[in-house]
This record gives sequence, C-alpha cells and structure tokens, in this order.
Amino acid sequence: MRLLATTIIALRALRRNKLRSALTALGIIIGVGAVITMVSIGNGAKAQVEAQVASLGRNVITILPGSATTAGARGGQGSANTLTVDDALAIQREVSGAVAVSPELRQGAQVLGNGLNWRTSVHGVAPEFTAIRAWPLAEGRLFTDAELRSAAKVAVIGTTVAKQLFPDVDPLGQNIRINNVPFQVVGVLSPKGFNFFGQDQDDCVHLPYTSFMSRVFRWRNTVNNIIVEAPSAAAMPRLQQEIADLLQQRRGGREPDFTVRNQLELAQTATETSRTMTALLGAIAGVSLLVGGIGIMNIMLVSVTERTREIGIRLAIGAHDRDIRLQFLIEAMILSMIGGAIGVLGGIGLAQTLSNLNGWPVLVSTSSITLAVGFSAFVGVAFGFYPAHKAAKLDPIDALRFE
Amino acid sequence: MSPVVQLRDIRRTYRNGELEVHAVRGISLEIHAGEFIAIMGASGSGKSTLMNTLGCLDRPTSGSYLLDGVDVASLDREARADLRNQKLGFVFQGFNLLPRTSALENVELPMLYAQNRVSSTEMKRRAMAALGIVGLAQRADHLPSQLSGGQQQRVAIARALVNEPRLLLADEPTGNLDSKTSVEVMGVFQRLNEQGITIVMVTHELDIAQYCKRILVVRDGLVVRDEPVTGRLIAAEELKKLLGAEAAAQLTSAPFGAK
Repeated sequence: MRLLATTIIALRALRRNKLRSALTALGIIIGVGAVITMVSIGNGAKAQVEAQVASLGRNVITILPGSATTAGARGGQGSANTLTVDDALAIQREVSGAVAVSPELRQGAQVLGNGLNWRTSVHGVAPEFTAIRAWPLAEGRLFTDAELRSAAKVAVIGTTVAKQLFPDVDPLGQNIRINNVPFQVVGVLSPKGFNFFGQDQDDCVHLPYTSFMSRVFRWRNTVNNIIVEAPSAAAMPRLQQEIADLLQQRRGGREPDFTVRNQLELAQTATETSRTMTALLGAIAGVSLLVGGIGIMNIMLVSVTERTREIGIRLAIGAHDRDIRLQFLIEAMILSMIGGAIGVLGGIGLAQTLSNLNGWPVLVSTSSITLAVGFSAFVGVAFGFYPAHKAAKLDPIDALRFE
Repeated sequence: MSPVVQLRDIRRTYRNGELEVHAVRGISLEIHAGEFIAIMGASGSGKSTLMNTLGCLDRPTSGSYLLDGVDVASLDREARADLRNQKLGFVFQGFNLLPRTSALENVELPMLYAQNRVSSTEMKRRAMAALGIVGLAQRADHLPSQLSGGQQQRVAIARALVNEPRLLLADEPTGNLDSKTSVEVMGVFQRLNEQGITIVMVTHELDIAQYCKRILVVRDGLVVRDEPVTGRLIAAEELKKLLGAEAAAQLTSAPFGAK
C-alpha cells in the first residue's frame, strides 16, 4: 500500500477545495452536534422529571384512619380518630420489613417570629420523615431521637416560612412562637415546590410529634396518618399486608377502622414518565441522526460525482483503483474525525449554553456521543467511499470524458 | 535497437447493443526511439482508439502490442496503470490539470503514483526540472487558473515528462490553443524531440502536423498513408516570422496608435 503517498494526495485534495471540505465537515458537525445537544437536553429533562417524581418519596405506604359517623352523617376517609401513636410505634417495633416509620399530625396555626407572623401548617413527625418523604435539609440539622423523647422545643421549617418570617435574617437559631410556645429553629428544609394539587409544600413547620402533642396542641395520642417506607416497590404488597394484619390484631375482633394505601400509582407514573421520556429522546436522536446523515450523504455524493474527471486524470497517469479508493477513504475519515470532534465540542458547548441561558439541566451522555460520532462517521465514510469505489472502476477514458 | 512501439494487426471492436463497431480493423505499426509522429484523420476514423490503445488506456480486441518490449495485451488493469505511469506521458487537448492545485503539485502527481517513490525533496527537484524544460520554473506556485492556455499545456507537458517516459502521447495538444500559442507548444515538442524523446500526437490540423517528422493518416480504422514529412516546419523560425509579422502590423498601424 502506498499509504504515505496516498495520505499526502488526500491532504492535498482536501486543502485544494477548502469550501467543499468545510461543507462536508459541516454536515458531520451539525449531525453530531444536533444529536448531542438534543440528547443532552432530553437527558437533563428526564433526570429532572425523575428527580421530581422521586422527591415525592418512593415506596411509601400510608396508613389512614377509617371514617367516623356522627349523627348518621358518615365523615369520609380519615375522619375518625382511630389511628394512634402507639399504632406507629407498634409498626416500627414489629414489622421488620419497614425501613422507617413516622406518624404525621397536622394542624394550622399562626406562627410568630422576628416580629412577623404567618399562618402555616404545623406538622408533628418523627425524624424519619425526611427519609420517607425524600426531603433533605437545606441547612441546619434535624431534631434528634433524644429531642423527640424529651419533647424538645425545636422546629424545622420550610423555605416559605423561612422567607416570610426571616426575610433578611438567617433563621437558624432564631425563636418562633406557636400557640405562644417558643421553639428554636434548628433546620430549614430544602425547597420542594408545589405538589400535584397546587399546595405549597414548603409552607410548613415540622416539630417532633411529642412536642406537637404535649406542648402545642394537646392532642391525645391520635394521629392524622402514619407513613412507612418500604425497601422496594416489590416489597410493598407484602409489607402492606403485614401492617394491616398487625393493626387488625391490635384491634381484636372490631371492624377494621383504618386503610393501608400505597403510592403504587406514583411509582407507575414515575416508570411511565421515564419510559415516555426515553422514547421521546430516542425519536429526537433518531430524527437528528437521519437529518444529519442525509446532509452528509448528499455532500459526499455530490462532491465525489463532481470529481470523476479528477479520478480519470489520476487513473490515466498511473493511479491504481485502490489508490483512488484509499484516497477517498482517507479524505472521508479525516473529515469525519475533524467534523466529529468539532461536533462533539460544539454539541456539548451548545447544550451548556442553553442550560445556562434557560436554566435547563443538561446531561451529556457518552452513549449519545458514541452513537452520533459512530453513525456520522459511518455515513460519511460509506457515502464518500462508495461513489469513489465506483468511479475508480471506471475506464479512465470514460472518467476523463465525464462532464 | 528494438522499436519503442510494435503494433501487429491491432483490431478493436465496440459492441453497441446489437451493433458491432469496428473502430480499428488491423493496424500494424512500428515506432522507433526519437520519432515524432502525427496521426491524422477525420473524426470517427479510429485515430482516437489507436491513440488510447497506444496509451494503454484501452485494450485491443485482437492483435499484439509490444511497448518497450512488454506485451501489453497480457497485462491486467493495475499493471497497465504502472506501465502508463512509468513508460508513457500524456498530454490532453483539455490540459486536464487538477484545478486549484499549483503547477508544481500537478507535475509531482505522477511521481506520487510511482511504484518506487522518491523523497519529497527529490520529487520537488524533479518537478522543478521538468517545469524548467518547458520554461515555467518561475510559475511553479501558480494555479492553473492563473496561467494562460499555452502555459497550462506546458505544465501538462512537464507532468508528462517528469517520470522520464519512453513515449510521449499528445491528443490534439493544440486543439484549444490559438495559432501563435500552438506554434509555441509545438516548439516545446520539437525541443523535447531533439533531446531524444519519442512523441506521438493526434491532430487534425495539417499545418501542425508539418512540425512532426512522420505523418500517419487513418481512415475507416486503417492506416491509409504513412510517410515522412516533407518541408518540415521549425517552430522557432515560424515563431520569428509570426513575431515579425506582428511587429510589421504594429508599425503600419502606429500612426493611428495611442502613442
């Protein structure tokens, strides 16, 4: 093989027609860049949606009290005060599959602090609630088990409350008063945004449920609901059954006055969302690749066809068929490599720029880079090589006469 | 000394569907070193087919062709390509230089396809030498578009010479040139021929053929005349005459000139 000589020939041919070389590379740059940009943005969106769904807490089982009937009027689900802290403790103690358990108590209250006041929802919970709800703290700390046991006057507040009461002060260490009971703010929850029903989830104050019951609202043992984290989605049905059995056992022969629900629907939504996003991404990548591929193909086909005469000259003065094929192969590979490299950098750059401009998250995946570069290089080389291969087999006389 | 070219009963038949076209119907020919031959004939006479056969671009249907003692008929496509590269130089009517490529790189091209490639400095030296022979050493870095037709054809001649071929083939080399430039190019050929290079050219202009040493006339696929040139023209003298005539024309028109 006259590899060195042919490489010189190919480089000279590329340099000779800078515009054509640039256009060919441009086809590959756009093909690769478009795929990488689209897939990066799509991947980012997908990750964000999945994170949002996950932030609602996955694999969560909720136990709600049954309904109470007052003067013939049935109160609906959760209206009875039949669920107790003891139920929650029993589940924690006896259901081994439960990863974390927390009772939830809720009451609206006017909260004072920093000379300001704000009506918000006060929650009584166990420290495990952050794990179950997948709701980490933005700053400060969570109350401890010891503080739970001693009904300490400590509170963890949501960002909305933090903003309303402490607009220009660090809320950590500040005092707030709930029903005239002072609490020290020890932590601020990370923002969670609105839930599916348009409620601001950050508009809240979380207290140890012991403090909630004994110091603020004087509830007697009853809770609004109990939340339990299961180790996996698959473990949920069995865990639900165990909880139901335990609670029924605790109630002796009485009618069941509770419901055990899970977030299967949410898990299904998450899976469904993820699947839709993946399909969308695949379609975008496919279309981008197709468009880019057709662009590369057209430029390659046209440029080789218009060079038939050149091939004729080369054949007449002693080039072998394989010299011609090798020349066009090297040209196509050089253009594919340069175009691919610029396309990767450009695609990542564009994705980052869009991300910075619009605040979209982007996620550059290696697989999309590999796919885009591989496909574009294949199209470039195949459609640069095949017509050259055909032209190389032409009679030099015919190739020279080609107009 | 054995002839450079020895054709024996060469025939070439093209099949055009059902129709058989006999382009060459039995030509036998010997060309010796140092000859300068013009092949003349009307279009369709078979002179182009003969030329393509001589140039190893086309294979005869039957007959034998020895080029410098090598039997061309038995060679495959690649071997014929090597033969073209080593033993033949081509000059075309349409110059056929690579566009947007400097004269130097155009002349280097045959060396890039040579079986025994020389170093790039040696390649450049040889290409410059070939350009020097045709008087274009000063224009080595010019692109074809920056050169006149005659200069382009001289670059093409330099390209044909660079591998020191046994035979220089020119297919209507003056077909695209005006008469003065034609004489200049014929002057280049005559100088090369004096240095011992064997030249075969196709032309349909009798006055161009007059610069050669031997004329073959082809008609209906056969050589109908084969004779030495009588009253051969010498390009250098013709050029002097042309310049003299031009000067005379300028003198006579001088009173009306701008100066």
